[in-house]
Amino acid sequence: MTLLEERINRGGPVSPHLQVYDMFKLTSFLSIIHRVFGAGLLVGTLLFTYWIASAAAGPQAYDCAMNFLGSWFGYLLVFGWSFALFYHMCNGVRHMLWDTGRMLALKDIYQSGYVMVACASGLTVVAWVLGLSL
Amino acid sequence: MAMRSALGRARGIGSAKDGFHHWWIERLSAIALVPLTLWFASAVISVAGADYATFSAFLAKPWNAGLMICFICAGFLHGKMGMEVIVEDYVEPRCVQVAVRIFLNIAVYVLGVISVVSVLTVAVRG
Ligand code: HEM
Repeated sequence: MTLLEERINRGGPVSPHLQVYDMFKLTSFLSIIHRVFGAGLLVGTLLFTYWIASAAAGPQAYDCAMNFLGSWFGYLLVFGWSFALFYHMCNGVRHMLWDTGRMLALKDIYQSGYVMVACASGLTVVAWVLGLSL
Repeated sequence: MAMRSALGRARGIGSAKDGFHHWWIERLSAIALVPLTLWFASAVISVAGADYATFSAFLAKPWNAGLMICFICAGFLHGKMGMEVIVEDYVEPRCVQVAVRIFLNIAVYVLGVISVVSVLTVAVRG
């Protein structure tokens, strides 16, 4: 019995069973990261809400939040969130191009994968260089 | 198993009810999020490390507050719907899955409303 049939019989979810993929091929790896970063972004909105709500709470709370966000740990979280956001945005565009039936040949998928990673990394670097220098 | 038709096997294990609508709203919010995210990134860059006065002056501009609220709504809606798909894929049994989805919905709406109200509070106070 295949894994899929087994799951259907149990009445449980039937996709996407990571075990059946080679998780470290570029194609599947980028796809898995899209999902991991999507979930991470949602968790990361806690940080966003903390930031914006602290401003609503007043100057004191805002300074306290900025102290935390300006610490090395705060930087780490914000850096992670920014890269996840740019990656997920670029890959999201790639996803929606596929939805229109474009670029579905294996060669295109590899090519757009490299382009996407380059764009996401480039945007992250540019954003941080600007953010730290302005 | 082998004696059942393909249709018989498919019945009852997948939804043909609101799947398309969910998928479509997820795409619409994703499309909206592309320009909103680029704006958000530039906004954060412009107020990175700013003191309270600068930040509140930034949010007091209607364009900034408005776009920030659009970003919050699109982001939270899209994130919630995406997370629902993930939960549907991996969380079983069903009763646990429903509980997780209830928690997810409540958490996202509470955080979303707090965020929007916060933007408005700062914007109006100036
Ligand atoms: C910045 C612009 C964004 C774009 C263009 C975008 C695009 C997409 C697309 C196309 C999908 C569907 C992927 C698929 O078919 O498997 C998706 C899934 C998802 N997105 Fe986004 N997204 C964006 C921002 C965000 C943000 C800000 C969050 C979090 C708050 C988020 C959370 C998620 C989650 C949790 C999923 C589900 C992942 C999955 O099913 O594998 N996204 N996104």
